[in-house]
Amino acid sequence: MSYKGKFRVWRGEGGEGRLEDFTVEVNEGEVVLDVIHRLQATQAPDLAVRWNCKAGKCGSCSMEINGKPRLGCMTRMSTFTEEETITVTPMRTFPVIKDLVTDVSYNYQKAREIPSFTPPADVKPGEYRMQQIDVERSQEFRKCIECFMCNNVCHVIRDHEENKTHFAGPRFLMRIAELDMHPYDVADRKDSAQEDHGLGYCNITKCCTEVCPEHIKITDNALIPMKERVVDRKYDPLVWLGNKIFRR
Amino acid sequence: MERHEYDVIVIGAGGAGLRAAIEARQQGKRTAIICKSLFGKAHTVMAEGGAAAAMGNVNSDDNWMVHFRDTMRGGKFLNNWRMAELHAKEAPDRVWELEAWGALFDRTKDGKISQRNFGGHEYPRLAHVGDRTGLEMIRTLQQRVVALQQEDFEVHGDYEAYIKVFAECTVTRLLKDGDAISGAFAYWRETGKFITFDAPAVVLATGGIGKSFVVTSNSWEYTGDGHALALLAGASLINMEFIQFHPTGMVWPPSVRGILVTESVRGDGGVLTNSEGRRFMFDYIPDVFKDKYATTEEEGDRWYTDQANNRRPPELLPRDEVARAINAEVKAGRGSPQGGVFLDVSSRLPAAEIIKRLPSMHHQFKELADVDITAEPMQVGPTCHYVMGGVEVDADTGAASVPGLFAAGEVSGGMHGSNRLGGNSLSDLLVFGRRAGAGAAAYVDSLGGNRPQVTGVEEALAEATAPLERQGGENPYEVHHELQRTMNDLVGIIRKENEVAEALEVVEKLKERATNTTAPGGKIYNPGWHLALDLRNMLLVSECVAKAALLRQESRGGHTRDDYPAMRPEWRRRLLVCSAKPDGSEVQVVEKAQISMRGDLITLFDRAELSKYLTEDELAEYDAAAKELS
Repeated sequence: MSYKGKFRVWRGEGGEGRLEDFTVEVNEGEVVLDVIHRLQATQAPDLAVRWNCKAGKCGSCSMEINGKPRLGCMTRMSTFTEEETITVTPMRTFPVIKDLVTDVSYNYQKAREIPSFTPPADVKPGEYRMQQIDVERSQEFRKCIECFMCNNVCHVIRDHEENKTHFAGPRFLMRIAELDMHPYDVADRKDSAQEDHGLGYCNITKCCTEVCPEHIKITDNALIPMKERVVDRKYDPLVWLGNKIFRR
Repeated sequence: MERHEYDVIVIGAGGAGLRAAIEARQQGKRTAIICKSLFGKAHTVMAEGGAAAAMGNVNSDDNWMVHFRDTMRGGKFLNNWRMAELHAKEAPDRVWELEAWGALFDRTKDGKISQRNFGGHEYPRLAHVGDRTGLEMIRTLQQRVVALQQEDFEVHGDYEAYIKVFAECTVTRLLKDGDAISGAFAYWRETGKFITFDAPAVVLATGGIGKSFVVTSNSWEYTGDGHALALLAGASLINMEFIQFHPTGMVWPPSVRGILVTESVRGDGGVLTNSEGRRFMFDYIPDVFKDKYATTEEEGDRWYTDQANNRRPPELLPRDEVARAINAEVKAGRGSPQGGVFLDVSSRLPAAEIIKRLPSMHHQFKELADVDITAEPMQVGPTCHYVMGGVEVDADTGAASVPGLFAAGEVSGGMHGSNRLGGNSLSDLLVFGRRAGAGAAAYVDSLGGNRPQVTGVEEALAEATAPLERQGGENPYEVHHELQRTMNDLVGIIRKENEVAEALEVVEKLKERATNTTAPGGKIYNPGWHLALDLRNMLLVSECVAKAALLRQESRGGHTRDDYPAMRPEWRRRLLVCSAKPDGSEVQVVEKAQISMRGDLITLFDRAELSKYLTEDELAEYDAAAKELS
């Protein structure tokens, strides 16, 4: 049940590169990452690709397959025809280090800019009491495997490098929503979501939701509700009046 | 060459490494975390079922003593009992602490952390989040590291003033000054450039060795780096013959063979059947567990709702028992079409409940095998999952025999004896990660101003660059494949003297070939080069496994000898200790006696139960202890 598959893989480093053609054995049940590994073992030992779990749990092998952001380990070869040439390129939004490996440090910087979980000072470990229904909203967002494909696909930064400084991307805007919805988090995150992390740039095209391998409803369940929370605050007449009177 | 000074360096950023680093930093030590992958991708992320901690949230009869007993039984009493004791006592605090750092575990009706059943655990004990507990744990610890960095930024204006992550960075040698650790030598995967770390304390938290086997649930990182680094630095490894083959890995399609199917499937009611439709586990209850497991399907099924009046179904026997049973069924010709057995939860729970409790299993089978687990059975078989053996450490501090060297998590040995219970790994990481971090911090304090000096950088550099400079040598991928096949076929789940001996001969030849590998291409992100360097570690560890497996003439836990099928009490107290020369030659395995269990711990067991495990002499010790305490 094996055949010779046609692959076109982006190779290069230091800002230069090109698509290289390969013909490589493909066996029944395999995924794109298996074929990349076979290329490494037989034709291109120095072909760079990130991967870890090979089971869709770690989010390391993000790449663009025929132009679509995908996990290499979860893209089955059976979704393509045997004649099709499969083009594999690195994520476009992040600088390429080599071949399919990109510099994703932007994401780690953004993670560090989001204030951490802030529990009330008087609750001790072991005393937390939460109902399942109350933790489920944040739990959905904590399914995130940090493949960064949502950030990769988001047009705010995919086509606008200049927005990277003031836009956290769907992944970390969702992190803010996750903390804001955590039953024990006491930090006020609404203003900074809008002002520091660029929530307003999101115009809910749902590209992030579409590529999420964990099927998290990023836009509907995290970003839109977060926008609503920000708006409620901003246009609440009492809050507005209070801010006018008591600010500084 | 890039050079950094730290108080403590932690190698590995899984659960144990991160918990160790957090502890060292909380104790005021400048700490580096060095990891081969990106931050947050370590193997812990794949843990599914949960973290075992006797919080008693679901069944209030649970407590540390019950957990201790279960752990010792699971390990067939070969465990380092002091580690098992500390683990059972401290696991609840470590889990609660995660909650205060933002973790969101599934809840009970009264709002506490929910706990699920698992093999070998008497009560529902595993704190969990669906079947993605490892992800929750690693993310929580990762976010705790970030929280500490934010605190440091507030005070010092630098996120990395006290704790810095060196991601995609591989350590190839520990550096020493005389007998003591003085640092580590590493390369950046991204650039191929080298780094020297100058640090008096090193915590190894590198995980396991599964990549020496073909069928494994482990990722590429599991090349036994910490095991090998410790050996080469003069530390010893214990219990290396004990390797856990998880009973349920995927068997099809071939490319995902070995990927884990969580034990929660069985904990939540899933049953194992053979091609005749029989729940065969009822035929495999060993004598030592006879009175603890149901003998009829009816009783086993009742247990899920009434644990006080029924015994557990045998699907929830410890992993070694279930793995051997599956192996035997397949060998007897009663396997499934794709060479495993059937694991069915579809006929046991409503579809919605399966998707809620086992979301990633549902996802994994649907996406990778076209199997809908809510409608049809899975096919599963054993997969190399975990090494019980590892660096011999002091239970309380995680200290190895080399001053300045510490180890925690899978890379350390002793805690789990001959077989680890599911769920005891995540709690192990937390308990002993914290202890090793504290141990390292205390060690650094004890040095005062006398920091050991870094030596051996030149040699480490030459070793690391050799595969790049060699021309026309071996393809490292081929050497690796041959090692994997050899270990899988000859030192796998069932072992025989002649086969293990044959494996040793092959490993010897592969060691020779591995010194002659060539990695074409440059230094920048070159996986062929990385593999060529990892081979040294995999081969060294494989040699330890095979040599120890050859010596132990009995079957116990994760070591099954076809030629010595019984468990033998006289072997219970004999631990096998491996050591090697700094160049990796002369791997030696010697016997060492297990220390007698403390009186107050051994008397937690019934004499009748102990008589299945202990020698007459040891039973006399038990009687003396019982008399003293009465």
